[in-house]
Amino acid sequence: MREWISGLGIKALNFFIYIGGTFNLMVSTIFQVFVLPFRKKEWVIQMYKVGVLSFPIVFLVAFFTGMVLALQSAYQLTKMNAQMYISSLVALSMLRELGPVLTALVIAGRVGASITAELGTMKVSEQIDALRTLAANPVKYLVVPRFLALCIMLPLLTAYADFVGIVGGYIIGVYKLLIGSTIYWKMTFDTLAFKDLFTGLFKSFIFAIIICIVSCYEGFITEGGAEGVGKATTRSVVISFILIIAADCLFTALFYFIFP
Amino acid sequence: MIEIINLSKSFNNAKVLDNLNLVINSGEVIVIIGRSGCGKSVLLKHIIGLMSPDLGQVIVDGSEITMLEEHEMDKIRLSFGMLFQGAALFDSMTVGENVGFTLREHTSTPENQVRDRVANSLELVGLKGIEKLMPSELSGGMKKRVGLARAICNNPKIILYDEPTTGLDPIMADAINDLIIDLNSKLHVTSIVVTHDMVSAYKIADRIAMLYKGRIVAIGTPDEIKNTKDATVKQFITGAAKGPITDLE
Ligand SMILES: Nc1ncnc2c1ncn2[C@@H]1O[C@H](COP(=O)(O)OP(=O)(O)OP(=O)(O)O)[C@@H](O)[C@H]1O
Ligand SMILES: [Mg+2]
Repeated sequence: MREWISGLGIKALNFFIYIGGTFNLMVSTIFQVFVLPFRKKEWVIQMYKVGVLSFPIVFLVAFFTGMVLALQSAYQLTKMNAQMYISSLVALSMLRELGPVLTALVIAGRVGASITAELGTMKVSEQIDALRTLAANPVKYLVVPRFLALCIMLPLLTAYADFVGIVGGYIIGVYKLLIGSTIYWKMTFDTLAFKDLFTGLFKSFIFAIIICIVSCYEGFITEGGAEGVGKATTRSVVISFILIIAADCLFTALFYFIFP
Repeated sequence: MIEIINLSKSFNNAKVLDNLNLVINSGEVIVIIGRSGCGKSVLLKHIIGLMSPDLGQVIVDGSEITMLEEHEMDKIRLSFGMLFQGAALFDSMTVGENVGFTLREHTSTPENQVRDRVANSLELVGLKGIEKLMPSELSGGMKKRVGLARAICNNPKIILYDEPTTGLDPIMADAINDLIIDLNSKLHVTSIVVTHDMVSAYKIADRIAMLYKGRIVAIGTPDEIKNTKDATVKQFITGAAKGPITDLE
């Protein structure tokens, strides 16, 4: 019993150390963003790795999601003879919810995992120590380029996913459910307000910060060789997923009250 | 001068350094010997501020580095060079980029001069013309020497060598010994060398210090160490399995 309680105490302590560590990393990352010199080359490389290479997978996920959304809502709406609302439903769900969240989850899996694996390997092979002995700040050198790349690319990828999802819905709506093309587009854009796009992109920006900080932090605290890198990578993805869903819930609720 | 005062460090309740005291004079070559796992690498990492001690101080040329912020420490680190036990080359960069890292990052040396310096450092370690290779294309001993080239490329005042000759063939090992002696006599570099290789230790050292059970148990010139009466040190330097050191873990 006593062991159980002290075990719980250690878990709680580690939890707070983790929160403190990630928060610390976030603050110093944001600080280091403004410290010159700006590493343009590294940043461009990361923009490419994080963003450009992710467009195909985001396309796939968003396209099928858009189609599935259209089909599933058709199941109910055709019964009420309200098919034309399918377009609004697809557009709103994509922009407000599925675009940001699905893209973030895909990127956490694709990019977050690779960041943790890369930094974790650098940690266990003492390359991070080597950086420090060469007077290069690891946060400035490794985290900032990834941070900037994610913060820019994730909203862009999200906007792209929104668009692709709508196109997916359009294809089902127009070619399968035989809704007229003009009416489909009209219904799509009439229902959308700027805040729908804005809140979605804002959430994706928050998700980008979560993915970057969690995956870099997990990389930095990796210990214990290849096995440690494997564990850290798994943890990084799991924690990012949980935080993304939790943050989504929080911000959705917040926006619900701010922009009713 | 580097002063290490009452340095203590534990990992998971295992004391690795225990009230260690050591003074390293400017311009000397000091060799640190000791059994595998006794904390030699940990000691080096404290000297360059990669690890912070549980207790005690490390004072480099008058400034106490254990208290410094990372960005203040970075200024001091520019006068250090460190060769890691596992080389720790950046595997996303070519050999040339690895070796020229500090010059490109921290100085405004023009690119053609950086290239010359890199080529020169590589030549010193016997690896001329391999700038374009990636670390994954090198053998273990080559990595070690590239690590050494990286450590010496910006002419540091203090160089820490973690087992510079381990994994090298005897001829190359002796060439590295000569390089360490050369750097020391020509450029007055302070060298701290961790090694198991007693031949190399006798050749390069001004003083040899033995680390055992978290402390420096013996320190002296190579001759003093060779003729020591201390049974522990004697057992270590002669490599005998029988003696006061009995735990073979
Ligand atoms: N980051 C760390 N976390 C936990 N324990 C560590 C860490 N670094 C070193 N140790 C422990 O400290 C002890 C000393 O390690 P160190 O690497 O300094 O040995 P060493 O004297 O350099 O040995 P070798 O000659 O084999 O390189 C070891 O028992 C090791 O387990
Ligand atoms: Mg060692």
